[in-house]
Amino acid sequence: MAALTNMTLKAALDGLSTKAFSAEELARAHVSAIAAANPHLNAFVLETPDKAIEMARASDERRAKGEAGPLEGASIGVKDLFCTEGVQSTAGSKILNGFKPPYESTVTANLWRDGAVMLGKLNMDEFAMGSSNETSAFGPVSNPWKAAGSNQALTPGGSSGGSASAVAADLCLAATASDTGGSIRQPAAFTGTVGIKPTYGRCSRYGMIAFASSLDQAGPIAKTVEDAAILLTSMSGHDAKDSTSLDIETPDFASFVGKSIKGLRIGIPDEYRLDGMPSEISKLWDEGIEWLKAAGCEIKRVSLPHTKYALPAYYIIAPAEASSNLARYDGMRYGLRVDGGSLIDTYEKTRAEGFGAEVKRRVLIGAYVLSAGYYDAYYLKAQRVRRRIAEDFDKAFEEVDALLTPTAPSAAFALGDRVSDPIAMYLNDVFTVTTNLAGLPGLSLPAGLSGEGLPLGLQLIGRALDEGTLFSIAGVMEDAAQFRAKPTRWW
Amino acid sequence: MAIDADTVRKVARLARIRVEESALEPMAKELTGIMAWIEQLAEVDTDGVEPMTSNVAIKLPLREDVVTDGERQGAVLANAPRSDKGFFVVPKVVE
Repeated sequence: MAALTNMTLKAALDGLSTKAFSAEELARAHVSAIAAANPHLNAFVLETPDKAIEMARASDERRAKGEAGPLEGASIGVKDLFCTEGVQSTAGSKILNGFKPPYESTVTANLWRDGAVMLGKLNMDEFAMGSSNETSAFGPVSNPWKAAGSNQALTPGGSSGGSASAVAADLCLAATASDTGGSIRQPAAFTGTVGIKPTYGRCSRYGMIAFASSLDQAGPIAKTVEDAAILLTSMSGHDAKDSTSLDIETPDFASFVGKSIKGLRIGIPDEYRLDGMPSEISKLWDEGIEWLKAAGCEIKRVSLPHTKYALPAYYIIAPAEASSNLARYDGMRYGLRVDGGSLIDTYEKTRAEGFGAEVKRRVLIGAYVLSAGYYDAYYLKAQRVRRRIAEDFDKAFEEVDALLTPTAPSAAFALGDRVSDPIAMYLNDVFTVTTNLAGLPGLSLPAGLSGEGLPLGLQLIGRALDEGTLFSIAGVMEDAAQFRAKPTRWW
Repeated sequence: MAIDADTVRKVARLARIRVEESALEPMAKELTGIMAWIEQLAEVDTDGVEPMTSNVAIKLPLREDVVTDGERQGAVLANAPRSDKGFFVVPKVVE
């Protein structure tokens, strides 16, 4: 049944609609692929084979009755950040071990409404805080890719490492993911997959376990640009249960793939050309520019002068919001409780035991920058810098229609390589975090291989609500890149 | 700005996370390193810039003030570490 898991989401939907195979056959093929691969990749923290088969049978019945939805019968993986009713949802944290939400997140509810089938819950950095999937309480995920001639296990990136690894290894047709500072795009770049963080407010955050509420946004990781567009169309939409959800129509994003991009103006931000950036990444970026020129785009140099301040601003804003959001884990109503001598003692022991090192570090930074006497100097300052960063983009978008940058400053690195240096780890997000601060859409697509044979990604950044243009550009670049490489199977 | 062990102790208390005495000093060093890196924000001229609290340029919507959910005691208590007779059981707070 290998052929059923090698397919793109689009090909699978076509095959289901022509009855070349059933949703149940498709789900079973994925269930066996996961069972064989997961002991090696650790991409799923929870496999739900029985639920998958049950949902697939129901899907086949709907199709037989002529009630097929846009994702009817598609086997999908769900990042463990999304609450799924009656199915354990942990956000990669020990403090939520065993938590079974009594409700469904809006994003996943939208997928089931459209006919999708859930294969299980995907591993991630704890509360989405990490860039290598190594902060997960359930152990790191391995990247299906390995450097040529090496047996070293590599990170799939993070925080959506499980989603990226599972899609790259053909364990699901596509997956949901989330992005607070780069958590969709950096893993997509590290695994040769396509990921998009849409405009803030496109996808409802209801039922998404919160990290930093003003930055968190759901999006897909998929095998192709078109697949990402199909899944994002289903995930998006207004939801009264999230007050920041935008009350606007969702376009059919897939209809933008294949459109001509002739005459579009593409900006190349000077500040993204970092000193010490590997030359193969600069080279790939230049290649991307050539592809766009060949497609009739006008290339313009632009300046985003506050780029270098985005990460430090993020490391005030995100921890501040996280320290507030994570206050809910007090051991009283759900999750882990470690009994102490008093109420406060119970709180402190529960949180000391339940949170991992990186989460504690960020909650402490957050509490520090919000504490009396520091609020103005740190938190308000960072919010002001955030506006400067957003203004940089506003100005650039007066002259160009989209921006092209690398997605990450390196290819996938070895597990264990950067865990001891938090700032080195944070720098993974140097190219992606700016769009979270400004609320803009950012898409990563695989554009080539490094000298070691590892995938490298390029990022497109668009105007607010202009995902369509990003899909059109990405479609053209995907054709030009002809990225067909797949990881050699070792699992 | 250097963060010392006493500051970590105070912040950990605020955050309700137990940090063992022996871990205070290493944590102080780590946080000092991160905050030193963050200090570069001071270079940015932000005079007269309004803090950006949201990147959604809409007014927050208000809904009608009516009950839309409820009567789900079982679901609410289903994940409680301890519950009894329809209540959450918590450590004694009032003597």
